[in-house]
Amino acid sequence: MVSTPGHDGSLALAEDVLARAIAAGATEAEVVVTEEDGALTRFANSEIHQNVAESNVNVNLRFVAGRRIAVAASGRTDEEGLRALVKRAAAIARTCDELEDWAGLPTPDGSGPILGAGGAYSRATAEATPEFRADAVRAVIAAADAQGVLAYGSFATSREQVAVATTTGIRAEEERTSSQLITVSMSPDGGSGYAEAAATDASTIDAAALGREAAAKARSTEGAISLPAGDYPVVLEEYAVLDIVDMAGYLGFSALAVQEQRSFATPGRRIGSDLVTIVDDGADPAGLPMAFDYEGVRKERVMLVEAGVCRDVVYDAQTAARGGRRSTGHGLPAPNSYGPFPLNMVMSEGSTPRDELIAGMDRGLLVTRFWYTNPVHPKLAIVTGMTRDGTFLVEGGRIVGPVRNLRFTQSYLDALAAVTAASRERRTLKGFLGSAVVPALRIDSWTFTGTTEH
Amino acid sequence: MRDLTQRALDTATQLGAAYADVRIVRRRDESVSIKSGRLEGVSSGETEGFGIRVLVDGAWGFASSHRLELDEADRVGALAVRIARASGTALRDRVALDDRPTATGRYETPVAEDPFKIPLERKIGELMAADRAAGGVPGVAFTESSYGAQREWKTFAATDGSFTEQEITHVGAAVESNAIEGDEHQRRSYPDAGGGWGAGGYEFIRGLDLLGNAERHAEEAVALLSAPQCPSGRMTVILDPSQLYLQVHESCGHPTELDRVYGTEASYAGTSFLTTDKLAEGFRYGSDLVTIVADATAPGGMGTFGWDDEGVAAQAVPLIQNGIHVGYLTSRETAPRIGRSSGGSMRADGWNRIPLIRMTNVNLLPVDGMSLEEIVADTDDGLYLASNRSWSIDDRRLNFQFATEAAWEIKGGKRGRLYKNPTYTGITYEFWRSCDAVGDASSFVMLGTPNCGKGEPSQGAHVGHGTPGARFRDIQVGVGKW
Repeated sequence: MVSTPGHDGSLALAEDVLARAIAAGATEAEVVVTEEDGALTRFANSEIHQNVAESNVNVNLRFVAGRRIAVAASGRTDEEGLRALVKRAAAIARTCDELEDWAGLPTPDGSGPILGAGGAYSRATAEATPEFRADAVRAVIAAADAQGVLAYGSFATSREQVAVATTTGIRAEEERTSSQLITVSMSPDGGSGYAEAAATDASTIDAAALGREAAAKARSTEGAISLPAGDYPVVLEEYAVLDIVDMAGYLGFSALAVQEQRSFATPGRRIGSDLVTIVDDGADPAGLPMAFDYEGVRKERVMLVEAGVCRDVVYDAQTAARGGRRSTGHGLPAPNSYGPFPLNMVMSEGSTPRDELIAGMDRGLLVTRFWYTNPVHPKLAIVTGMTRDGTFLVEGGRIVGPVRNLRFTQSYLDALAAVTAASRERRTLKGFLGSAVVPALRIDSWTFTGTTEH
Repeated sequence: MRDLTQRALDTATQLGAAYADVRIVRRRDESVSIKSGRLEGVSSGETEGFGIRVLVDGAWGFASSHRLELDEADRVGALAVRIARASGTALRDRVALDDRPTATGRYETPVAEDPFKIPLERKIGELMAADRAAGGVPGVAFTESSYGAQREWKTFAATDGSFTEQEITHVGAAVESNAIEGDEHQRRSYPDAGGGWGAGGYEFIRGLDLLGNAERHAEEAVALLSAPQCPSGRMTVILDPSQLYLQVHESCGHPTELDRVYGTEASYAGTSFLTTDKLAEGFRYGSDLVTIVADATAPGGMGTFGWDDEGVAAQAVPLIQNGIHVGYLTSRETAPRIGRSSGGSMRADGWNRIPLIRMTNVNLLPVDGMSLEEIVADTDDGLYLASNRSWSIDDRRLNFQFATEAAWEIKGGKRGRLYKNPTYTGITYEFWRSCDAVGDASSFVMLGTPNCGKGEPSQGAHVGHGTPGARFRDIQVGVGKW
């Protein structure tokens, strides 16, 4: 249990603040308590150079007075801090305009308090020590040493307890853990490789295997040649596919994006080939599970794309009220002008062994991952970015050698429509929208628009 | 405060730390967001805690906590030492820090109107008026307006006797207008796409004149829907400060971070093409007109402070002098490796993060001769690009591609028709070498970004960029299929 002096856990703290808000005149209130013990061991040039830990807490209070809504947050959980938090929230609420379309806080779904998904927690991760992380880092470095390359990367472990209590009766509490190891290997001759894994249970991450994967790739990318920009078929490893799924979630799969006409995701619209099926599923143990969102609403499994066709998007309480339906459990902490997001996307696997994806390519590129991607035209999902840490020319279904990194400017929707094969294997990875489970993909055409010097 | 800092330092040294520093940080922030005339959110946040950084047998450890209590200082100090010992099991070169004078004193951002004392109703009212002015323009689909303020109280103490206190205040605001028709989504932002941010008080917000500029930008967003696609080809471009500041940030600021050069950000943010041999050889980064300085003393900049988070005094560090690479952003650990002392660039995002080399105010200095408008008048044929829409640059900071919200044709020295969806791309040093005009001091604008990302765990930084606008020749414009 994370330490909250004077309170028996996060939910007790949330209920305490809720009572204080009601006493201060709130007609509705929502309290989200997030307590975290996190640590990260970082390495570069095959040595640990940064190594950090933190104990943190945040109490987020949404204070509603009639139709006036204020949000205040604090990292202080002592008596004076909590009193000041409620006072600030009440004072802000008094000054705000009324929201005519305020639909109220979400209500319980009738199934009782939500007390964890079970699969969200691992004791091994929660109790991970600096020595445990250093052991893993040394395994990565040893793999790099064996190939004569240098290792870079990080190994993070964290334990988080999230609790939500509302005046509408919602009670939710969950202890979650997560871990992530990423590594880049760089060879003295200019090669670079990458590997990554994320898991609820840090003890399941095979650091040595990731080190070997990155180091071998670094060696295999030495002596890269420059290839002209142009359209090429590609095989994208899971690390690159993550970016497509993340970006699609960010640009399209939010109800707010749909309501503001910013989204490409119209129900019934085909955006991918038959091989593209994406769901958001906070209960899938293959990902990093979450039982409820930051409004305390149980996460529903939402079919985003089924066999290439858009089916639904994710909702929070506000967008659900506008849409005349229930929240799907994808709200972010208030105040939130970004809308709901899918944080647990899972893309269906295909039937092709990963190693055989390139066999179907006459002449194309194998891409390890993308870097620094950004939408150029959001509604068409046109994105620019670079390849990084391993790009290879494939001819006759075989890798013939490494190529220097390329810039692309590509519609991710066009890419999804051109998927011709998906790997049987998938990886669990962390993206900028939470976790994702993705296969590798073969795509008929990808537009590269520039080159660089490495 | 001294009780806690001393206790943490004592614990660390008793357990074996050869050096330790501790920061106690309290941060207060408030924000207002409005969407299409609807008050989406008003929030106020407060966080406080402390972090202790230790060197044990040449290895780093850091631990932090939100509990400002003496027994917690013992626990966290001991944890930092344990973590450093774990670091020592995978250490190849012991860390050595440069010497610096003992830091003592107090610094405070000059503030004329305390943003936290301005009544909230007034701040909401002024932002709402600007938002409604933008939203009232026919054809605008939705508007988004925001205001934010942040104040940080920071106490720094180190085992060498340094003890400093700082109070730093930043404010910012923006109005964004969006127009949508079919698959076309166009946006115009004022004062720039990231919002106008600076160090100071509410006087900075009033100086932006959001209300006076909102409607014009909204009209431009609507006009972009029917504007022709920006032409492609190699051409002359003039970058408005609302775009040039980000060009400086991405292609000059980040490459000159010496930790990136040494690979310590390789697994995340990447490295840099600007290897230290280029310092020795006097690498030509840009044309003679390009002089870039990292100036932590610049008035109004979000990278302005009294001391960095290693206790090094604020200073102005030349990075590029008349086109020649002359310096880096450095720390006490990295500077000695190029035979220099720290330039004071170590900054941490709060109490629970270690300091990293970050930009301060990385400024393109003005050049006497022509104002930005006179540069336009001096241009026969080209494009004027304003307000960033997207950005991307490779992991060594060479190949970049930017999109801006708007482009205007320049013909015969005059700004002409509006173009939509402009993009341009290039290689960093080739781009800066093609610079043949930089605006004078009358065109100099200090902007900043409050969300520069770096490090693991991730850290945001508030950094400043003063630029006067500039002209570049033979640039590739138009990338991708539309």
